[in-house]
Amino acid sequence: MKSENPPQYALTTRKLTLAYSNGQPIVLNLDLAIPAGQITVIVGPNGCGKSTLLRSFARLLKPVVGTVYLDGASIFKLPTKEVAKQLGILPQSPIAPEGLTVRELVGQGRYPYQGWFQQWSKEDEEITERAIATTGLTEFADRPVDTLSGGQRQRAWMAMVLAQDTDILLLDEPTTFLDLAHQIDILDLLYDLNRSRGRTIVMVLHDLNQACRYGDRLIALRNGEIQVQGDPAQVMTEGMVRLVFDLECRIVKDPVAGTPMCVPIGRKVQVKDRA
Amino acid sequence: MKSWIVIRPQGIPVSLRIDRRVPLVLLAIALTTLLAMALNISHGEYPVPLLDVVKTVLGLETNNADYNFIINTLRLPRVLVAFFVGVGLAVSGAILQCLTRNPLAAPGIIGVNAGASLAAVALIVLFPSAPLFALPLSALGGAIAITILIYLLAWERGSSAIHLILIGIGLSAIATALTTFLVTFGNINQVSLALVWMAGSVYGRSWEHLWPLLPWLIVFVPLALLLSRDLNALHLGEDVARGIGSPIELRRGLLWITSLALAAASVATAGTIGFVGFISPHLARQLVGPSHEGLIPTAAMVGGSIVVFADLLGRSLFAPTELPCGVITACIGAPYFLYLLSRSNKR
Repeated sequence: MKSENPPQYALTTRKLTLAYSNGQPIVLNLDLAIPAGQITVIVGPNGCGKSTLLRSFARLLKPVVGTVYLDGASIFKLPTKEVAKQLGILPQSPIAPEGLTVRELVGQGRYPYQGWFQQWSKEDEEITERAIATTGLTEFADRPVDTLSGGQRQRAWMAMVLAQDTDILLLDEPTTFLDLAHQIDILDLLYDLNRSRGRTIVMVLHDLNQACRYGDRLIALRNGEIQVQGDPAQVMTEGMVRLVFDLECRIVKDPVAGTPMCVPIGRKVQVKDRA
Repeated sequence: MKSWIVIRPQGIPVSLRIDRRVPLVLLAIALTTLLAMALNISHGEYPVPLLDVVKTVLGLETNNADYNFIINTLRLPRVLVAFFVGVGLAVSGAILQCLTRNPLAAPGIIGVNAGASLAAVALIVLFPSAPLFALPLSALGGAIAITILIYLLAWERGSSAIHLILIGIGLSAIATALTTFLVTFGNINQVSLALVWMAGSVYGRSWEHLWPLLPWLIVFVPLALLLSRDLNALHLGEDVARGIGSPIELRRGLLWITSLALAAASVATAGTIGFVGFISPHLARQLVGPSHEGLIPTAAMVGGSIVVFADLLGRSLFAPTELPCGVITACIGAPYFLYLLSRSNKR
């Protein structure tokens, strides 16, 4: 891959094979390109390898074969601090130590910019405060993270990743365990970050309707293989849901956003029909 | 109002931030510790008035010529050993609790206590004629050997915290069994000596014990402070730490070595004084919060003062009989452990 200016692809993989210690490969021979400046959503059934793939994008999991390229260079060969300036990851449901305040947590996102002696520069402070403001946590900045509600806690973690000041954001199910209002809140925030600052966002989501509404690009995985990828308006079909999830459904138009919306059929409907 | 203080001198590329509570807390503990040290020195079969304690330590003249010997030769080194042993154990414990992300962790879990005990007891029981200075060396060797063995065995499985803990428990159990074997079949006089050592005591510790301990602290306590940011990062979990750019394999290895070195040097000097490495980080966290820039020095001071207090109590509770300070720390530490356990179960 050649990097252009601006680069067309933020991340690419070549013959990527992933496995956890000596087990069966979870992802096999995957070639994939993540377009820069877009929101890419990865969907798929439980255990299909979507989190595993995201972790390898963030150099958290070393591939057995192949590699992930960031700006044309293998991410596993770049100094980890340099990678951390370009790419931030929010793993699934992280846990903050008891008593750690929001500001302390967010400040830790500045790690890659600090050194043995330069531990808290003026810039660190400004960017930390900005990240807290962006996520709407200013009034909670001195509260311990473990005393906040689930939605606020997730926003605090997002603020930490934002303080890393990276062009690429990777998020593993950023809406798990949140109620619907807070899910939309987090997704809107990510949408704004993408549209106003042109950040590349790659996230794993479970909700197909949210995936279609917020994603510029959809990647559907099953058994570690890409079944379908592309613009949600084109690739989100009844056949695709059947292929990827083994689920019968109808696709209708989202009455708000106009994007595809999946209505599962399941068995319950037939019971109701008869009644 | 922000909860931290920023130190950022102009013109030099140095900056630091610590929790607002740290300076005051450190000062308060330092004063309490100094008072406890003075009381400890003043107290004994041959009491010395507090004022004369201060004068003698500062090298001023007093009207009793014996004070110099009692204080500077007998009691001062002992109290300093107590303090520094506490510092070592506390910092070691703070690092381990962070690395394992387990608030119930203590230096014992990396096998330090079991290894040191086995080596020390083996020396006492099997080589009764060995010179006195060989005891701490033997304990140090035992602690380091078993910890390295644990690390090597755990390494193959990816050196994750949980493997290190499990293998540590397993090997510690074997070492403890061997120690018990030695104690059971050893000569009764030597065994009683071994038991006192195992309980953890600063009895009879002198300058010759203090000097070998200090270099370990001088190297590894500042190293722990320099690695504070990595401790903070690792405290968020491996994936987050890696994500924000901490080279965690390297740093975790360095932190294990630091923790091992501090615990091994402390245990070699004063035996296995229990619960100090476990309680001190907790109390420090209550005082200054979980950020390690402030937590490490606070835990160090708390640990030092706990051992000084425990020694004071041990010497005065049933005088003239002396209780080893490890017995006192266990009496305070065990209920605290249970309290934390019940609290963490409720969460």
